[in-house]
Amino acid sequence: MGQKITIEPVTRVEGHGKVTIHLDNEGKIEQTRLHIVEFRGFERFVQGRPYWEMPVLVQRLCGICPVSHHLAAAKAMDVIVGAGTGEGLTPTGEKMRRLMHYGQIFQSHSLHFFHLASPDLLFGIDSDPLKRNIIGVALEHRDLAVQGVMMRKYGQEVIQATAGKKIHGTGAIPGGINKHLSEEERDFLLHGDDYMNIDKMISWSQDALEFFKEYHKKNKGIIDSFVEFPSSHLSLVRKDGALDLYHGVLRAVDTDGKKILHDIDYQDYDRYINEEVKSWSYMKFPYLKEIGKKNGWYTVGPLARMNTAEFIDTPLAQKEFELFKQYNGGKPSNKSMHMHWARLIEILHSAEKIKQLLNDPDLMEGELVIKGTKCLEGVGLIEAPRGTLFHHYKIGENDMITMANLIVSTTNNNQPMNEAVNQVAVKVMTGKKEITEGMMNAVEVAIRAYDPCLSCATHALGQMPLEFEVYDADNQLIERKFKH
Amino acid sequence: MSQYVRFTVDGTECMGIRGQYLVDAARENGVYIPTLCNFPGVKPKGGCRICTVRVNGKLMTACTTPVAENMSVENEVKDINELRKSIIELLFIEGNHFCPACEKSGNCELQALAYRFRIMVPRFPYQFPVRKVDATHPRIIKEQNRCILCKRCIRAITDENGRSIFAYRRRSARVEVVVDPKLGKQLTEELAQKAMDVCPVGSIIVKEKGFQIPIGARKYDTMPIGSDIENMQVKKI
Repeated sequence: MGQKITIEPVTRVEGHGKVTIHLDNEGKIEQTRLHIVEFRGFERFVQGRPYWEMPVLVQRLCGICPVSHHLAAAKAMDVIVGAGTGEGLTPTGEKMRRLMHYGQIFQSHSLHFFHLASPDLLFGIDSDPLKRNIIGVALEHRDLAVQGVMMRKYGQEVIQATAGKKIHGTGAIPGGINKHLSEEERDFLLHGDDYMNIDKMISWSQDALEFFKEYHKKNKGIIDSFVEFPSSHLSLVRKDGALDLYHGVLRAVDTDGKKILHDIDYQDYDRYINEEVKSWSYMKFPYLKEIGKKNGWYTVGPLARMNTAEFIDTPLAQKEFELFKQYNGGKPSNKSMHMHWARLIEILHSAEKIKQLLNDPDLMEGELVIKGTKCLEGVGLIEAPRGTLFHHYKIGENDMITMANLIVSTTNNNQPMNEAVNQVAVKVMTGKKEITEGMMNAVEVAIRAYDPCLSCATHALGQMPLEFEVYDADNQLIERKFKH
Repeated sequence: MSQYVRFTVDGTECMGIRGQYLVDAARENGVYIPTLCNFPGVKPKGGCRICTVRVNGKLMTACTTPVAENMSVENEVKDINELRKSIIELLFIEGNHFCPACEKSGNCELQALAYRFRIMVPRFPYQFPVRKVDATHPRIIKEQNRCILCKRCIRAITDENGRSIFAYRRRSARVEVVVDPKLGKQLTEELAQKAMDVCPVGSIIVKEKGFQIPIGARKYDTMPIGSDIENMQVKKI
């Protein structure tokens, strides 16, 4: 008799999702799917709202990385108000936004690595779930937990200084920014007491990388071969090929590193990228038009960015980038767990960038906003913590939004996450009579590597009830278990 | 007869000018009486009833009641504050007030009053009325979801001949404030900004200028509504 296994909800990710695994009569995996079971509707209900409201309104999609939506929408609105496509802002406008964004990357990546991912690495995938959470980390690895909390706090302080609030601020406006950085804010972030200063953040970012590399040496099985499958990779890169998280041209490489999307202007993204709808998920499946629906999918996020970029323009992160590239033989890494490594390199890069910007006088004086000839359509892209984020808007003659299309980072990673889930399920569940909690967590670990933001909402860590259902070949429920 | 009159608010002795409205006289004595439809320089209407006080045992609107000799006024008392709180809650549930994405958040008097009266959530069910945003005027949008029909714009924004540029349209539950189609062209850039400033909520928004005031610099970010009056040094006559 065939079986259908449901893991619902998936824990230690942002939002609600579930996994179904269909087994045949021999216990072999027939099909594995990650279902996104939430519907938000933002693209519809922003219609009829004034365009200048977008950066403040759409960021409400998310409580974890609202800055990404805030800035992507603001970049689209820059185009609409004639302030250029990412390069036309005043130095103050662009640098304040960049500071906000690096603060966001720093806090979001720290949250993911320390709070969500580290329990799996520190205690093991099949360890006691009562210990395998951030509280367990705090009890047994106090220093690491403190670093995680304080790094996230520092990133949030950067956001507050630039956006006015730690969550859901208003800093970026069409054509620029609404404030300068004050001397007091700058000094606090540069030379704050205790741990709250940028030098300590850079030092802790390096420590986190060292921790990961040590772990990697001892656990190559988990980091290198736990999940690996061929994938294309897509991200923004600076025009000269450098990693750039705020602005650039759109590049994609195939599994061997060959360019398949040649540094295009993202205003034309819809000539190259399309989205497919599937009946079993509210999340769409984007793909590169030229390659087609079947093989045109791609990965985004920290790992994709390491694979598309040619170098990093901050010295400490560049050294780590070189080690990463060297380890992978100069080719793209298709190992999902390398996502953690890439994420830590980006934490270090963001900290270095924050330091550079805090020492830049442009943040404290200069024109805030620039505007030109208005047009009726704009696209804004940004490299959000979880990957490339697309915002596309059209407005009517009376300044109201008439069309919005958002392709969020996790949507771009839809197919890669499904691939990862399938591979792990096959590896750990094939032929097993009993499905253990450890096996289910292994599937979640694979999803978690992508740091998916399924609804862009926060949930209690490690305390989500897990529903487990077994269906026979006729789709009849034959067993149900709950884990709290 | 002296031009000054003595009166008390919650037992505190105050002095005002004869004929002065109670809300203004109280303000000059460092006493805050909450208002919403009232606006300095505009003839009072007594429409919203937020400024209700008990004068010599009778409920009256402080914005329309002239101060008189030996008036005994109750202001900060439980039952009156409860009435005021209810009015604010009713205004919230009657419209669609989505503060998080509103341009006026931090500068909004309705929001500021809700904070003052510690309203976490209204006690009454939201009505979710279906209302439109009128974006047809080239200088402003009229966000009907947020309009509380206080008439401040109708009373304060006039053309050179004193004619109101804003007007009521329809009647009863369907009434709404609109830009007078005949006088709309008279709404200059300066008047449009004045209209936005006069509006106690985010119903009149100047186009293309949103969110220019950073969080922290907005009117009520650091100074709760009424605290400027309550904290001012009162010069005794």
